[in-house]
Amino acid sequence: MSERHHGHGHDHHHHDNHFTDMEARVKALETVLTEKGLIDPAAIDAIVETYETKVGPRNGARVVAKAWGDPQFAEWLKRDATAAIASLGFTGRQGEHMRAVFNTPDTHNLVVCTLCSCYPWAVLGLPPVWYKAPPYRSRAVIDPRGVLAEFGLELSAAKKIRVWDSTAELRYLVVPERPDRTEGFSEEQLAELVTRDSMIGTGLALSPEAAR
Amino acid sequence: MSKRETVSQLSEREKGRKLVSAFPRSPLLASDELPKSAEGDPVFAEPWQATVFAMTARLHEQGVFSWSEWAEALSAELYKPGRRADASDYYDCWVAALSRLVTELSIASGRELDALTRSWQRAAEATPHGRPIVIENDPLR
Repeated sequence: MSERHHGHGHDHHHHDNHFTDMEARVKALETVLTEKGLIDPAAIDAIVETYETKVGPRNGARVVAKAWGDPQFAEWLKRDATAAIASLGFTGRQGEHMRAVFNTPDTHNLVVCTLCSCYPWAVLGLPPVWYKAPPYRSRAVIDPRGVLAEFGLELSAAKKIRVWDSTAELRYLVVPERPDRTEGFSEEQLAELVTRDSMIGTGLALSPEAAR
Repeated sequence: MSKRETVSQLSEREKGRKLVSAFPRSPLLASDELPKSAEGDPVFAEPWQATVFAMTARLHEQGVFSWSEWAEALSAELYKPGRRADASDYYDCWVAALSRLVTELSIASGRELDALTRSWQRAAEATPHGRPIVIENDPLR
């Protein structure tokens, strides 16, 4: 069973097509340089892609680790993720709102942006290639269990999967379940177990053994 | 090819990329303020920052400008008064430096760049959501 949630109902993405001054200027430079034959957009994409996996989702990992270790922070994160995350110094420059969705023994959360590639950059860095690709965007909603299986994540049939559709105004962060045998871990040690995929929902947090 | 295979392939491709060595180290990484990961790779807060970084690296690689020309242009921007105290405008400076080099090298005039910037903004506003934003969507173009 799966459910799909809209952040803003029918307003979905209405105000998303806006370039900031910097975005527009970079596009202008790209246009000029491409027209003059000085760069090839495909080559630029390839360079950008090589960095995507490197861009640290470490900010998000710190948020999750703090929530695991500090019930008060977890409560705040659940109630007002934008403020709780900002208290750690991570804010999006576009002023988007954040919502944290918590995995439980009964429910697994998965984040997608069906229309484009809205993504919580401030906490996760740049989106991975597959997140922006049409197959993930279309199939995450129709067949989340199948998509998760392809990521190597086989969930029991009893576990409910909730799919959250991001918007320009509202972005989601999955808080994975805290792995077993991590009692007494420091926040830094806990953060090591939090992968980018676990915060999108296409993976789980690592066990202490796996992280070694 | 089924869609199912495509998702797997993308995910595989990404796993593979972690194994190959990263983009060759560019001397442009030497900038002191450049936000870097623990491994010394640049870290970007937003995609446009990665794009402008990649374009600059590519132009330098092709010899369009030398490292010292770039360093001079960037530091002129970084040391301008009115910078944000937390250096979160680092890549704004990067964009300004690249724009300046592009005009100094007569690749495009400042006026052309400004006009294109506005054109892209109008194109974005005029593009229905979910469609790719292309400059042809600018109603005044």
